[in-house]
Amino acid sequence: MRNPLYYFQSVRFIVVGCLLLSGLVNADDSNNQTIRLATTTSTDNSGLLADLLPAFTASTGYPVHVIAVGTGKALRMGRDGDVDVVLVHARAAEDKFVAEGYGEKRYGVMYNDFVLVGPASDPAGITSEQDATTVLKKLAEHQAIFISRGDDSGTHKKELGLWKEAGIEPEGRWYREAGQGMGKVLQIASELDAYTLTDRGTWLAYKSKSPLKIGFEGDPLLFNPYGIIAVSPKRYPDINNQGANALIKWMISHDGQQRIGGFRIGNNQLFTPAADAGAFAAFSTTQ
Amino acid sequence: MGTLSDTTLAALNLLLSGNAELWEIIAISFRVSGVAILIASPPALLVAFLLTYKRFPGRRLLISINSTFLSIPAVVIGLTFFILLSRQGPLGEWRLLFTQTAMVLGQIALAFPILVAMGHSALQAADRRAWETARTLGANLMRAVFTIMREARFGLMAAFLAAFGRIIAEVGASMMLGGNILHYTRNIPTAIALESSKGEFAQGIALGLVLLTLAFTLNALLQHIQGKGQPVS
Repeated sequence: MRNPLYYFQSVRFIVVGCLLLSGLVNADDSNNQTIRLATTTSTDNSGLLADLLPAFTASTGYPVHVIAVGTGKALRMGRDGDVDVVLVHARAAEDKFVAEGYGEKRYGVMYNDFVLVGPASDPAGITSEQDATTVLKKLAEHQAIFISRGDDSGTHKKELGLWKEAGIEPEGRWYREAGQGMGKVLQIASELDAYTLTDRGTWLAYKSKSPLKIGFEGDPLLFNPYGIIAVSPKRYPDINNQGANALIKWMISHDGQQRIGGFRIGNNQLFTPAADAGAFAAFSTTQ
Repeated sequence: MGTLSDTTLAALNLLLSGNAELWEIIAISFRVSGVAILIASPPALLVAFLLTYKRFPGRRLLISINSTFLSIPAVVIGLTFFILLSRQGPLGEWRLLFTQTAMVLGQIALAFPILVAMGHSALQAADRRAWETARTLGANLMRAVFTIMREARFGLMAAFLAAFGRIIAEVGASMMLGGNILHYTRNIPTAIALESSKGEFAQGIALGLVLLTLAFTLNALLQHIQGKGQPVS
């Protein structure tokens, strides 16, 4: 039988160990400077944010925590006050978010576009077509396998809007909802020789790993604008609204816009800066 | 996309070349799961002890409930804590969502039932007479508890390692509660999920190798400990 002190010491060891370790965890827990940005996989997976945010942090001192999910979920996080600012692409949902009082104001930041990719053999024969609705009609006619994001993301919302535009109710064995991010869906489409709708940024980042080719592009219907919205401090007074506004201001500033335009994968520009200079001027005076 | 062997080679290269981002992810994993297991263990062992040595109403029900929690999917734990910790939830004031602390909480919830169940059977297997002897000889409660824990230490160690192996490899709760934030809440499993979704298989495999090595080490350790615990014939 050991000396009682032995047990005491081991208890003390465990308690002190716990405290030390929890100190480690808390040491880098978010402080009140940190900005939480909920955004879409397209801005994060493409590497754009990894390029922009260090420059933002260097010039303003605010660290940014990026949570990359689909647009639907990002807006939901904003609505619940779990993040300070959202950068998303689904215009109708963004306007609703602001109208319902969850967000302060939507600022246009940039745009890219969607492209329809599919197998190189193009079984549905869409490459010769001129407009997006005809392309979708052809896909449905040929029952060509189509992978839908099926995750309420901006891309998914866009895709559903396009089917509606074409007057088609997509259903049947050829129409498959993956419920996953863009990268995963491109992988699934590659493996199944299927068509899918993707934002150009993710496609450029991914295409060297995929046998798929662009089947259709260029229709104005495929335009993909990104907006940034600070979550309303009226609803959540202790949110990092100052940080959120600093990020918005930087994004639509000359510096931020130039960086967005300068971001490239290979030789391709992924996003076109599209902030309204007037909006920036107005923003500067209100802040 | 390379072959499996190419990818594995690239993965080894990433690991051995000391890729900072990769090792940071590994460190975060160990830190979060280490804290979770250290916090979960003492109360879990206490519960296991009470289940073994105390007879009270509802004891069997408690054991059944604990066994049910053994098979709860990590995403369900993740979702439950997400709802609790979200600003709209009852604990929203704590502002813990998307922090390492939230991940620790989820992992504690995952580890707890394993520690209780395996601790309970380890203590059951220990010689009950040790307890009675210690008490008869006038050991106070605390000391008698430690005597019995020592008696069952090999089984308890196995519980500890099994629970650690479970939480360091789970993806569902970490993804929902931590948010997979780079440099902060991105751990091994969430990084594997992300990298494979981007088609960056080398990173995924490299991290998978770390988990495999860890699993092997834990198991070897366990074998070693249990070997020591066996009576020498």
